[in-house]
Amino acid sequence: MSLLAATDLRLHPSAADYLLVAFYFVLVLAIGIAARRSISSSLDFLLSGRALPAWVTGLAFISANLGALELIGMAANGAQYGVPTAHYYWVGAIPAMVFLGLVMMPFYYGSKVRSVPEFLLRRFNKTTQRVNAVSFAVASVFIAGVNLYALGLVLEALLGWKLQVAIPIAAAVVLAYTFFGGLSAAIYNEVLQFFVIMALLIPLTVAGLNRVGGWDGLTDKVRGGAEQTSAWPGSQLTGIDSSTWSVIGIVFGLGFVLSFGYWTTNFAEVQRALSARSMSAARRTPLIGAFPKALIPLVIVIPGMVAAVLVPGLQALKDGQTSDVTYNNALPLLMKEVLPNGVLGVAIAGLLASFMAGMAANVSSFNTVFTYDLWQDWVRPGRPDGYYLRVARTVTVVGCVLAIGTASLASTSQNLMDYVQALFSFFNAPLFATFLLGLFWKRMTGTAGWTGLIAGTASAVLVDALSRSGAISLAGQGASFVGASAAFVVDIAVSVAVSLATAPRPEEELRGLVWSLTPRHERVEQAGEADRGWYRSPALLGGGVLALTAVMYGLFW
Amino acid sequence: MSEPETDAPPSRASTLFDLRTIIAVLFAVYGLVLLGIGLWGTDDAQRAKSGGTNLNLWTGLAMVVLAAVFVLWARLRPLRPPGDSG
Repeated sequence: MSLLAATDLRLHPSAADYLLVAFYFVLVLAIGIAARRSISSSLDFLLSGRALPAWVTGLAFISANLGALELIGMAANGAQYGVPTAHYYWVGAIPAMVFLGLVMMPFYYGSKVRSVPEFLLRRFNKTTQRVNAVSFAVASVFIAGVNLYALGLVLEALLGWKLQVAIPIAAAVVLAYTFFGGLSAAIYNEVLQFFVIMALLIPLTVAGLNRVGGWDGLTDKVRGGAEQTSAWPGSQLTGIDSSTWSVIGIVFGLGFVLSFGYWTTNFAEVQRALSARSMSAARRTPLIGAFPKALIPLVIVIPGMVAAVLVPGLQALKDGQTSDVTYNNALPLLMKEVLPNGVLGVAIAGLLASFMAGMAANVSSFNTVFTYDLWQDWVRPGRPDGYYLRVARTVTVVGCVLAIGTASLASTSQNLMDYVQALFSFFNAPLFATFLLGLFWKRMTGTAGWTGLIAGTASAVLVDALSRSGAISLAGQGASFVGASAAFVVDIAVSVAVSLATAPRPEEELRGLVWSLTPRHERVEQAGEADRGWYRSPALLGGGVLALTAVMYGLFW
Repeated sequence: MSEPETDAPPSRASTLFDLRTIIAVLFAVYGLVLLGIGLWGTDDAQRAKSGGTNLNLWTGLAMVVLAAVFVLWARLRPLRPPGDSG
């Protein structure tokens, strides 16, 4: 044992703190019940009737990604690796979000598909749709489980509840509002969650920096060398010693393959844009979300670094000693260290909100893919819409129950982010390769669609297995960067080879699905009355957020 | 382009309550409670946690302002019924 006193993880909230948390939950359930009145069809339940304004879908877009997993995991990353963690937000998110809004959204929204697998059906064939729908459903349940486990950690720290009690109760709350209000309830709550999460992170950052003597105080005291306070080359993060290869790993592995794979093809994200009320609003959804995304590392990574300075247990961990805490505890430990009662209650509400944001996004996208792609298009086609609405509600329950099971798997990982990045490299990296090739190469065939996906996933799993067994040694998150890159390259190679050996689909069937076969006026929306105004131009928003990201890199070079 | 059968008639989801009001309610209540705690319920030990500043007071103040902004926005640009884009 170390000489340190055992770390007390309990937050010791006061009555006022509990009152603030309780008030938030009243509003959450009220939104679920109010949204119930608006549901009359499966499209209302699963896609909000395609009626939401862009600021709502844009904030929901970013909130769906701000799960407890993201908060806990990125604060852990910040504590362990420092500033390089911000790559996940900048090169690892912004270019992909801009690409989604400007280039891909016209195809998604314009083709009127209801899900990503349905797009694959239109572009490729039924088998590709099914392969993707099954792998997405499996991945969603796993990631919902990670979110549940992250919340379990929080409740254990906060109330001293056992994980086995906290996890089912937390799942029940998410179930309650997604079951009644469907995607509308999920999205409306996600917008509310965005603001509550900011009300957690901003005061936490201000108070934390105050305690360590501002940014200068932090850079003086942070352990682990200068690597921790500048973005490049990020060798500790990637586990690649060579600076050059580390930068290539970040830019190609994280910035290109993993990031584009996640943001442009992950249905939990794309679904938010599909529920927008017009093509213009759909294109602006990821662009509006990108602005907060570029700024969020300031209030997640910095608190993580502050926690590693202020909390003795984390200092010990960073000096390579044994400790009774893990990096995953960084965020709750800092809350306990610097937040007074009052703001602490808001912060706890924010943590609970972030858990619900992540899990509700997984559950609401899981039930759409299951209901439309697996049930309606495959297992039980041709039933009336009311039947599918009932299926969607039932699947919502099933998804929550399965997530409780996968939560226990997540508890075996030391750093949650490693686990999740590995999952993304399995599923999202090959999917992005298939999308990219399918969008720009009209010759790509249906058979190539699904064989490429399977080959890509298999190669990422192989890299993961080799890395776990020690055959190739990559510390940090380098293994998933390499796995994602391998999946991407293998997917492209297999897709090209199979395409050349099989017959392509007739060109007239691919109109609106392939770039070169879609006339420009079909890709660019005719702006309606509600979408006018120079500040609503997607190109301007996209350029603006890229400039903002460049400025951020300038500040933390 | 032909309309796929998924195009349901104008949906009722768009007639939902105004989300901006809910956000305003949440932050008005949070802001006032934190202001109260900041003014009368934050002792020196609590202040020391956040490096000497009265975090409750300032956070409360910011929240009240945010609530006011959302009320103002909802007043100036009220929700229009769906389909009424002219």
